[in-house]
Amino acid sequence: MDNNAERSLVEQVLKSISDKRAINIVGGDSKSFYGRTPCGNVLDVSKHAGVVNYEPSELVITARAGTHINEIEKLLAENQQMLGFEPAFCNQYSTLGGVIAAGLSGPRTASSGAVRDFILGVKIINGYGQVLRFGGQVMKNVAGFDHSRLMVGSLGTLGVLLEVSMRVMPIPETEMTVSFEHEDANNAIEFFNKLAAKPWPLSASAWLQGQSKIRLSGTENGVVETIKNIGGEQDDNADQFWIDLKNHDLQQFKQTDFIQRVSMPSAAELSTNPAEQVIEWNGGQRWYFDQDDVKQFQSQVELGNASLTQFRGGDRNAEVFSKLDPVSMRLHQNIKNAFDPDRILNPGRMYKDL
Amino acid sequence: MDRHELSRLFKDFLPGEAVIDHPVSLKAYECDGLSAYKQQPLLVVLPQTITQVQACVSLCSEYQIPIVSRGAGTSLSGGALPHAQGIVLSLAKMNRILDIDEYNRTATVEPGVRNLAISQAVEHLGLYYAPDPSSQIACSIGGNVAENAGGVHCLKYGLTVHNILELKVVTIDGELITIGSKALANPGYDLLALMVGSEGMLGIIVEVTVKLLPQPETAKVLMGVFDSVEQAGDAVAAIIADGIIPAGIEMMDNPAIRAAEDFVHANYPVDAQAILLCELDGTEQEVSVLCQRVKSILNQRGANETRLAKNEAERALFWSGRKAAFPAVGRISPDYYCIDGTIPRKTLGPVLNEINRLSEQYQLRVANVFHAGDGNLHPLILYDSSIPGQLEQTEELGSKILQLCIEVGGTVTGEHGVGVEKLGEMCIQFNEEERNQFHRLREAFDPDKLLNPGKAIPTLARCAEHNAMHVHKGEVPFPELDRF
Repeated sequence: MDNNAERSLVEQVLKSISDKRAINIVGGDSKSFYGRTPCGNVLDVSKHAGVVNYEPSELVITARAGTHINEIEKLLAENQQMLGFEPAFCNQYSTLGGVIAAGLSGPRTASSGAVRDFILGVKIINGYGQVLRFGGQVMKNVAGFDHSRLMVGSLGTLGVLLEVSMRVMPIPETEMTVSFEHEDANNAIEFFNKLAAKPWPLSASAWLQGQSKIRLSGTENGVVETIKNIGGEQDDNADQFWIDLKNHDLQQFKQTDFIQRVSMPSAAELSTNPAEQVIEWNGGQRWYFDQDDVKQFQSQVELGNASLTQFRGGDRNAEVFSKLDPVSMRLHQNIKNAFDPDRILNPGRMYKDL
Repeated sequence: MDRHELSRLFKDFLPGEAVIDHPVSLKAYECDGLSAYKQQPLLVVLPQTITQVQACVSLCSEYQIPIVSRGAGTSLSGGALPHAQGIVLSLAKMNRILDIDEYNRTATVEPGVRNLAISQAVEHLGLYYAPDPSSQIACSIGGNVAENAGGVHCLKYGLTVHNILELKVVTIDGELITIGSKALANPGYDLLALMVGSEGMLGIIVEVTVKLLPQPETAKVLMGVFDSVEQAGDAVAAIIADGIIPAGIEMMDNPAIRAAEDFVHANYPVDAQAILLCELDGTEQEVSVLCQRVKSILNQRGANETRLAKNEAERALFWSGRKAAFPAVGRISPDYYCIDGTIPRKTLGPVLNEINRLSEQYQLRVANVFHAGDGNLHPLILYDSSIPGQLEQTEELGSKILQLCIEVGGTVTGEHGVGVEKLGEMCIQFNEEERNQFHRLREAFDPDKLLNPGKAIPTLARCAEHNAMHVHKGEVPFPELDRF
């Protein structure tokens, strides 16, 4: 079966440009909850699938945007490798293109990096219907403006992703998780940030319901020695916890359809301590389930020190991401215009005026 | 506008000593680290505050004067080459460390702060700033951001783009914006990634907040000695395939080994065809295990000899030869020209063979140093600029090497930037539609194209000229090479 649907995708984009009709880019449809309400004719990218190139010793994989992220992770695992950002909010239908366009990274972000830190190159269709390549398949590449990273998290508003090259990481020899009791979230945040300043192989941290978890990854002796230093209770069933955390399958997330994300400097203290909250990335990413619980961050959001995302639920015809200052918004509109002057590609998915 | 009149306008809001308009003093700014290209600007201005930068930019915007921003002037691609009708906006006087945030592990600094000064300022906290371009003693963080500078530890710790959290930028309209934040996720497009490596064409960087990392508990260096560069390349692939990400892994070929050994006496094996330097860092326990594993891989892959630096002094000695490779080559040749292509690592053998063939064809010696972990190759072409025509021959050979890098699936610049130097090769790496997309993006920030004009992205006319010179009827270059 030929899984190269590039020609058909280009034709559909060109048709939409001439008809002046918006396109709603869809891969596995696992993230339609995210961003503002999608509009326009569905452009199904899922048929454009398959791994184009993978050389484990080069630490690089290139695949078509419609490739299932599961399939990529399975192939990498067969070669003792993985995606270093731990793609978040994925199910069996999730595609590579969706992961890149949404730019949502998992628990390893604070230690290994986010989606944008692993992308090396892209092939896209822009809003002129042109197929363009940026970046490449090598680790270091400073030729031209960084259009590959620009695509990450742009929610399909700048281009239809056709192909993506990413850097991959070796699966650590050993991973262990230890738990600690921290009644107060501020104690956990302080603890995480003190550990993060030490030269130890931390790969994730999380706090919920009075309990902190620290994951360590590396050589077995290095991990064991670190645990001797930091103590804590060893948690032998933690692998599923980290997967459930990244995919929002923990009880806290499942019992509600209203979720807000606060992104802020990791060590920032809480002024009030909501009953229900989940904290990860050493405090850099915090989840809330009640409108009142995020009020304490409002002044920091206004100063630009924190951002608030209406992650799931609520009014999705309103703005769901933190407001940009007027100069930044004007630059965003200029950039949108540079890629998609007719506003065909996912218009309004990120901001109403984009 | 003439020099005198423009100088008067700047002196309205800048102190007299912050405006350089005398041709003798301007000479210091006529080139950067790529001294083959020289141009005197109309003026050099050295603002000391963000407000002054805003006023400088607004003035230039009003009178449509090109602006070339400049940090320490160490660019190897002519990124800070002045414009004849423009000003050089030097950020060198903005060199204060503004804030060290121990708990969030960040430092906020002005753009003229030197790369190494950041690590020195936070050393007592057990922290450091990871990217370490070889010019780190001199180069400024603003320039590092503009060029997305690398170094020898990129494979494990990333480039500048991976280690910057927030920028304050003055737009061409003179407005100040904040891009990114101390948080790891930010709303909107990733303008931070766009600014990093934009070669001064999207805005003027006036403040930088960097990520600080904990200093590793220990670092050890192994040297592997090989009879061929292919074997050394295979050994690198084997180390990585084994799941090890070294902090740094560097290769030198025989001419580079000899030049370095003559210069610093690092006790390098001068008869070896290639040496690998592999640095491993982490906790004591982790590093001891990894050293054993790397040593046995080097042996399995045909190393004649492996040496583990016994102590910190010997580790520094091992590195001294590699770090001094450029000046070492400078000692054995009146001039040298550094190339910065990146290639998929597996193509190293054929690429080096082809470089050797070209070297013979052009009768110009080439020494190779290689960031082997990330595929970033630095061939150094030895030449003598006093011999008529030899610089042109050298540039032609350099261009051939870069085309070879594109041909095998790599890129024309891994960490030095396009600047003025690689405009021709950009016409080959990107097609017209891709280059036009770059131009439209640039105009989204700077519609009048006043910021560092003539750099990084070639115009249509430039490419038409280049292609007329270099492409013959769509012939594929290097037909003798396998296609990767």
